[in-house]
Amino acid sequence: MTADLVARPADPDAPGAPADPVVALRRRRRRRLTLVVASLLVLLVAFATLALTLGEASLAPGRALAALFGVGSDGDLFVVQRLRLPRIETAILAGASFGLAGAMFQTTLRNPLASPDILGIASGASLGAVTAMLVLGLTGLAVSGAAFVGALLVALAIWLFAWRQGLHSIRFVLVGVGFAYLCSSLLAWLLASVEIRAAQSALVWTVGSVADVRGADLVTFAAAALVLGAGIAAVSRWQGPLALGDDNARVLGVPVDAARVTSLLLAVGLVGVATSFVGPLAFVALVAPAIARRLLSDGGAALAVSVLTGAVLVLAADVVGQHLLFGLEAPTGIVTGLIGAPYLLWLLATDRRKRLA
Amino acid sequence: MTDVHRHPAPPARPDATPDPSQGTTGKAADVTLRAHGVSLGYDGRRVIDGLDLELPAGRVTAIVGPNACGKSTLLRGLARLHPLDGGRVTLGGEDVGGLSRKELAKRVGVLPQSSIAPDGVRVAELVGRGRYPHQGWFGRHSSTDDGAVLRALEATGVADLADRPVAELSGGQRQRVWIAMVLAQETDVVLLDEPTTYLDLAHQVDLLDLLTELNRTRGTTVVMVLHELNLAARYADHLVVMSGGQVVAEGRPGDVLTAASVRAAFGLRAQVVPDPVSGTPLVVPLGRTHDGTTR
Repeated sequence: MTADLVARPADPDAPGAPADPVVALRRRRRRRLTLVVASLLVLLVAFATLALTLGEASLAPGRALAALFGVGSDGDLFVVQRLRLPRIETAILAGASFGLAGAMFQTTLRNPLASPDILGIASGASLGAVTAMLVLGLTGLAVSGAAFVGALLVALAIWLFAWRQGLHSIRFVLVGVGFAYLCSSLLAWLLASVEIRAAQSALVWTVGSVADVRGADLVTFAAAALVLGAGIAAVSRWQGPLALGDDNARVLGVPVDAARVTSLLLAVGLVGVATSFVGPLAFVALVAPAIARRLLSDGGAALAVSVLTGAVLVLAADVVGQHLLFGLEAPTGIVTGLIGAPYLLWLLATDRRKRLA
Repeated sequence: MTDVHRHPAPPARPDATPDPSQGTTGKAADVTLRAHGVSLGYDGRRVIDGLDLELPAGRVTAIVGPNACGKSTLLRGLARLHPLDGGRVTLGGEDVGGLSRKELAKRVGVLPQSSIAPDGVRVAELVGRGRYPHQGWFGRHSSTDDGAVLRALEATGVADLADRPVAELSGGQRQRVWIAMVLAQETDVVLLDEPTTYLDLAHQVDLLDLLTELNRTRGTTVVMVLHELNLAARYADHLVVMSGGQVVAEGRPGDVLTAASVRAAFGLRAQVVPDPVSGTPLVVPLGRTHDGTTR
């Protein structure tokens, strides 16, 4: 007993008093985050510069930048400010939206496959848009509105089928995959049943492109994405406990069902908004968060970094699709699919530890 | 009443050796958990019907019983992980159902049976998530949080693993880390649902030693569902024996665990002898092959 008391002051757990491991780890994580964010921003600026300079009217970076700030010939100004800048802004906005929405889906449902494109929510948006164009004969913003409604309806349907005394992630994913097939079948049937020229114009809604959003549409897109993004930021605190399992989240004080409903609703809204302007852009919502989580590798949701990886991915895909595909110009969604599909296969092949639904 | 729960010679009680370095909140607050006529069930099927139980503050309580006797369901009901079909649970006289989840999380820590460690998460980060109920909507990771995490890591002996990915740890280490997460919540009461499952005997003993130390040094009230009778008898101050959704015996292990109560609860014939090491009851099961009459 006395020996115990004497031995006590010389703490055996702290030989040579090392730095607090908790603080040290957190500092290292913050450095990692800073590095990742800085690198992604550099990439984003690099691709944006490429997108500004490349094209039929090739501009040197200096001239393109000058035109960006309003200096240069009328032709330069038109090409840069009217044609290229909106396209870059759209790509960044769409990528950021899909990346963030995908990250929310995957962490809320605790499944790396549970992204809105796999679950049929993006297909629902496409189906809504194509129905509006080909069946109802609508144009412009009304088509975008229909896409948004389509996304919400599919999400709601998955919801109703998957809800059994709470929302279980595996059932949600399986029901979602079912709806994805249903929507693409209906979509194919619609496209096959109309005149070929009408089908051609509707095709952008099935693959996605960032080419044609500008002016007031772009402002609407930005405002909606910003509002939903802010909402997601406000509820992001729930993601940490939710990742530990429903029981753990509850005993840590998270209202699990309400948290899941709110998180998914915000994410569905974001997917609906983005799809309604640029179409589905395959695999971005699936791949961008997975890359973000791998870059950070801290067990967190990587929401902020998913915004950046999504933006870089779509902007890069658009630059590649416009200029680097041997003279062919491919819609953005085809390029993201070309990047995303092999990644999905690789994910399935290497993630043996995880039980992918 | 009080004598029933007390060991003859308590080795080191929190009231005897208060540890000034431990900042457990509200030592004076009554943290006795009570179930008043609690009913619990699944899909209309009653598992527990009108159960009354008192879990003494500042003690280690073990709940034992045969499979499907409702012991885990009871713990989940106490922790508000399972909705009550009837009755109420109080903590120090206050209705638990009236507290917000977050408020409850500041007072009662729970280690559920199944937990998921996210990919790539490191020990100190996982333990840090136990601070969630203490953090505001925006302010994260104050130095108070860091201090609580470090204390929890040290108390569970995993401070030197702080930097390691949880996925790389052994089963025993991982369970210590989860307990550290519960401790980082800094609650006066800790409920554990079969914390020793999947651990080998050495790690079971180690884990129960750890929980006893936490009780002795911090005064934490420990309530756990256990499978292993002899370990429960050795480590519990207060033993609750359940069977068929009811409490069939409770009190000091020496009083509660007898050949008769083991037979009543488990349907098992057994000899109960004093544990040569701890003096607590040791259940030696009898069976058809070894029925106690021949060697």
